[in-house]
Order: sequence, then C-alpha cells, then structure tokens
Amino acid sequence: MSGRMGEQERTQFQELLVKAVDDELSEEEKRRFEQFIDQYEACRQEWQQFMNIKEVTQEMKFRNPPDPIWETYWSDVYNRLERGVAWILLSAGTIILLVYGAFKAVESMLHDTQLETIVKIAILLVVAGFVVLLVSVIREKFFVLRRDPYKEVQR
Amino acid sequence: VRDTDGGIAGKVTSGETVSCVADGDEGELIRRCQAGDKQAFGVLVNKYMKRAYFTALGFVGDHDHALDLSQAAFVRAYQAIGGFNPEMKFFTWYYRILKNLSLNLLRDRTRQARPFAELGDATLLSMSDHSQDAAALAERNERKELVWKAIHALNPKEKEIILLKDFQELSYKEIADILGCPLGTVMSRLYNARKALKTKLERLMV
Repeated sequence: MSGRMGEQERTQFQELLVKAVDDELSEEEKRRFEQFIDQYEACRQEWQQFMNIKEVTQEMKFRNPPDPIWETYWSDVYNRLERGVAWILLSAGTIILLVYGAFKAVESMLHDTQLETIVKIAILLVVAGFVVLLVSVIREKFFVLRRDPYKEVQR
Repeated sequence: VRDTDGGIAGKVTSGETVSCVADGDEGELIRRCQAGDKQAFGVLVNKYMKRAYFTALGFVGDHDHALDLSQAAFVRAYQAIGGFNPEMKFFTWYYRILKNLSLNLLRDRTRQARPFAELGDATLLSMSDHSQDAAALAERNERKELVWKAIHALNPKEKEIILLKDFQELSYKEIADILGCPLGTVMSRLYNARKALKTKLERLMV
C-alpha cells in the first residue's frame, strides 16, 4: 500500500527512521514504524537505503595507532604544559631586558655630546616608530581576540 | 570494539559514556586541577586521550595532526580550567576546544588549497577482514572507501554528527550535550546527514 504523507507524519517518520537505523526503537515506536513501512513504499525504500549505509559505516573504524603513542601521551602533554610556562617566562624576561637595554641606549645617546643632534633625532624617531608599531600590533591582537567567534567555546 | 590486529579500534567502547554532568570523581579531579595539581589533570588526560585522538582524527583525517591537536587541546583546557565548572562533564567542554582547533586547521588547509582526500584516508581505516575471500574483501573495501569519500564530501555539520553517532557511537543524549542542542535537533540533523550521505554515495557510484 502506498500514498502521500502529511508534513507531521513525515517528521514523525524521520525521527523513527533514525532510531530504527540505530536499533533504538521502543516497542511502541517499533509498531508505529512498521505501520509506516507497510503503508508507504517510499518509507520502506528509504529505510532500506539507510540500513545499507549503516551496515557499511558500522564496520568502518579508524586504525589504532601503535601502543607507544598512548604510553607517552600524557608525558607529551605534560611537556607541552611545562614548555608553555617556560615560553612565558622566557618572553617576559626577554621583553624586560630589551626595554631596559633600549632605555639605557637612548639615555646614553642623549648624554653623548659627540653625537650630532640630527643623529639623535633620527634614533629617537626610529624608537618612537617601533613603539607605535608595537602598540598597534598589540591593540590589533586584542581587538581580534575580543571579536573571535570561538572565544566562548574555549572557556 | 577490537580491530583485526588485536588492538582497540577507533570506535569508542560502550563502557565510556559522555554526559553533561560530571560524576563525583571527575568533579574532584577538576577541582584539584584548578588548584594546580597537574597529576590530577594526567588522570583526566589518560581517561579521555583515545576518545580525544579519534575525535580529532575524524575532523582532520591524519594521524600526526590528530595527535598534535588532541594534545594541544588538552594544554588549552588545562590553561583555561580555572574558569570551568567542575559540576559539568570535562569531555563535553574539551570537545568544543578540540573542535575549534580542528576547524582552525581545516580553515588553514583550505587557504593552502590542500584537499582533504590527499591526507591518506586509506591508511586511516582498518579494512582487513580475514574471514572473507579476496574478491568479497575487495568489494567491501571498495564500498568502505566510497562511503569514506562520501562522508568527507558532507558539509562540516553533517560530517560531525555522522562521526559522533556512527564512529564514536555516542547516544543521542550525549550528542545533544556535546553539540549543545535539543534531542529533536539531533534527530533531525542525523536524518538530514544520513540523507545527504545517501545522495553523495549515489553520485559517487554513478
């Protein structure tokens, strides 16, 4: 027997079909599902097609990597955690040293009476440009972070 | 599920479940992590590393990236664990971090115009089955390869739900928790994904 299904029936059948393919129908749902496939040829065909695909996907699996991967997995994560802290410390130390060095260099340059004024101005401009660039990059990064659509996902 | 080499295969065994709410032990582990106890985090990593790796493998398709991303996601999770609610299930939260990292990688790959199919799908699947004759085996492998190609051709949302249900073997409730959507949405997305898979397969078989 066959005919046309209403929208509501169609939605109900789709849900039952998903459960039927996964073998998760209750007794009551099973009865209702059987009514559908008895009544509508299109439902029976769709069920058959879905089952054919499920049969194949059920057998498919990812190849397991070699055991040593699992044995060293946690230690690899641990090393990454430690390295993360090391990088932060290294970066912080480097930035402090660079800023201090730059400050001292500019300070000694300004007190250097032998250096011509035009050279002093040029060096100050280079330093000022570098600072502006640095602030701009930091601000851009901060701006991107604030508007990152995945930001909440990571929290 | 065991593969033909005797190892545990990529599908997640039924003993390990994912729900939205953490059990007492996991909540305690998370509190210890929040207090800076890395060994407690190690327990969580050991508990979920296989599921994490195979989830990443489903997203990106090759071993090296799957391993790297799953570990990087654990690092991110540890760094952000201070703001995590210990009453919630760790893996549900971790999954979203992993998915985010995987999508970033896939986006970079797209920019580099590197098709997914290049990444050695054939090596990912355990296709051997010693119980069959060679011709039948070849036919089955061909079918699996076609299905695999069709899965990759799905849009990301369709592919994700197929991987969660048919490869990770999660329940509808677990999928709803992980994706943060109602059960009804899971059912309709699964139906649409399977229908799209059927269409892709029909096209590939022509």
